[in-house]
Amino acid sequence: MGSITLRRVRKSFDTVEVIPGVDLDIADGEFVVFVGPSGCGKSTLLRLIAGLEDVTDGQILIDGQDVTHAAPSKRRLAMVFQSYALYPHMSVRKNIAFPLKMAGLSAAEQDARVAQAAGILNLTPYLDRRPGQLSGGQRQRVAIGRAIVREPAAFLFDEPLSNLDAALRVNMRVEISQLHKKLATTMVYVTHDQVEAMTMADKIVVLQAGRIEQVGSPLDLYNSPANRFVAGFIGSPNMNFVEGEAAARHGAHAIGVRPEHWQLSTTAGALQGTVGVAEHLGSDTFLHVGLDGGTPIVVRAAGEVPVHHGDRIWLTPQDGRIYRFDAQGLAL
Amino acid sequence: MARTVTPARKLTFTILAWGIAGLIFFPILWTVLTSFKTEADAIASPPKFLFFDWTLENYATVQERSPYVRHFLNSIAIALGSTLLGLAVAVPAAWSMAFQPARRTRDVLMWMLSTKMMPAVGVLIPIYLLFRDLGLLDTRSGVIVVLMLMNLPIIVWMLYTYFREIPGEILEAARMDGASLWNEIRHVLLPMALPGIASTMLLNIILAWNEAFWTLNLTTSKAAPLTAFIASYSSPEGLFYAKLSAASTMAIAPILIMGWFSQKQLVRGLTFGAVK
Repeated sequence: MGSITLRRVRKSFDTVEVIPGVDLDIADGEFVVFVGPSGCGKSTLLRLIAGLEDVTDGQILIDGQDVTHAAPSKRRLAMVFQSYALYPHMSVRKNIAFPLKMAGLSAAEQDARVAQAAGILNLTPYLDRRPGQLSGGQRQRVAIGRAIVREPAAFLFDEPLSNLDAALRVNMRVEISQLHKKLATTMVYVTHDQVEAMTMADKIVVLQAGRIEQVGSPLDLYNSPANRFVAGFIGSPNMNFVEGEAAARHGAHAIGVRPEHWQLSTTAGALQGTVGVAEHLGSDTFLHVGLDGGTPIVVRAAGEVPVHHGDRIWLTPQDGRIYRFDAQGLAL
Repeated sequence: MARTVTPARKLTFTILAWGIAGLIFFPILWTVLTSFKTEADAIASPPKFLFFDWTLENYATVQERSPYVRHFLNSIAIALGSTLLGLAVAVPAAWSMAFQPARRTRDVLMWMLSTKMMPAVGVLIPIYLLFRDLGLLDTRSGVIVVLMLMNLPIIVWMLYTYFREIPGEILEAARMDGASLWNEIRHVLLPMALPGIASTMLLNIILAWNEAFWTLNLTTSKAAPLTAFIASYSSPEGLFYAKLSAASTMAIAPILIMGWFSQKQLVRGLTFGAVK
């Protein structure tokens, strides 16, 4: 079991309020991703759940039990840190066994669980090495191994892939998702990378300035963003926003169109602009277009499109793919 | 851009460095040489550097006249005792300052350091009276406590500097892994800070070994360490330079040998945090 409930959780550092009050329910076995720009309070929220920061006000429940003031070690949670936070003076085996040693398990039980975790994470050949002798990906796996041996109620991940290179990040992303399928344990994952959020989460929590902007499944957020912030944050490249006359024609203060939802034409369309940069990737073509009014637009076209710098093109939003927002940025 | 070091410049700096090192080392060398001279040679004018009648007589006399072993054991007990007691107090203090700092932590650290700027003689009388009333005069435990208190700011500062180099996330990981505070310190912090702790211990042992003001004022015979042993040779019947030098050589030899073998550790410890 590993349900987590936050009730009006507030956090202030001296006079600065970083979490003004958050309510959230995380169901047992769910993979929840906290996503938001730097400084939005996502890591603080995770640390509050972990017990590494004291809650200023409100309640945190794990499996219905109030743990607001419980020590981190009493919450049955395991955490994987951005910096891996491995114990450099211990071998991989001792690192993974450390939580078991602290729990007072017998040496035989420790060995058995370490062997099992090492097997799952392909770490068996490295058990007698020190963290300093491992690559970044291996270190991250050791950190995950240290978390899974405890069989915790939930895993907390604090930007665990940020220190890895792009290729390794994709591999580890898949590994963590597979691990979640295998263990079926609640996972709370913090990232600023919305691609990680979209690909891994059952449920995404979008945060801004310590407030939850929207909670929902990745496709919910993609298809029905509650406001301009969420619309702009979810999806890659970001959603394009057009204000003024073009928006007024749709009865909105601003309209949003995702890069992949434009129709291109060299002869006619709703908006005209000039291609600034054309990125030809083979599978896709990304066009950075300056509309005649000055608004910059990014267009993603499937396959190869023979358009180049300086070309004049027409853009038309696809039917039913226009997001409308009022002056406050709320979706209409 | 890297600064070019010309051969002439390098030679100048090398000569300068050797000159300064020689200047610092010369009094020790002179003491050791004098300890092998007769009293007449020791005060000869012009001074005799190497060409004199070498003798071990002074060492024999010093051995006969004073219980060297007792002073030596006292020095060991005082240096080790005050260092270990200091570490026992300073580790938790430095931990809380490094990992749980309050708004005034920096001020407290500065205040602790400022106590080192006060001349020791300023508190001699109150401490002497306190020790007299508590029956601590001329006891090892009394000297251990007072030297521990005198060196505590340095121990706390050094440990604080080393602890600050340890990423807080590692201690948080230990907390998440179920470690109690004691286990966090024992299994994670202390092993990681071991090089720093070793340097702190070494420096503190040297400071305590060489400390003369408190040991001379608070001990007479029973708890007197080697500093008191040396002082006993500047006797009222006149200075016996050769014997005084022999006593000094015997007193500083153990710490010199220890310092020689641990110099790498000491240099690393003292420059820790200064260069990254």
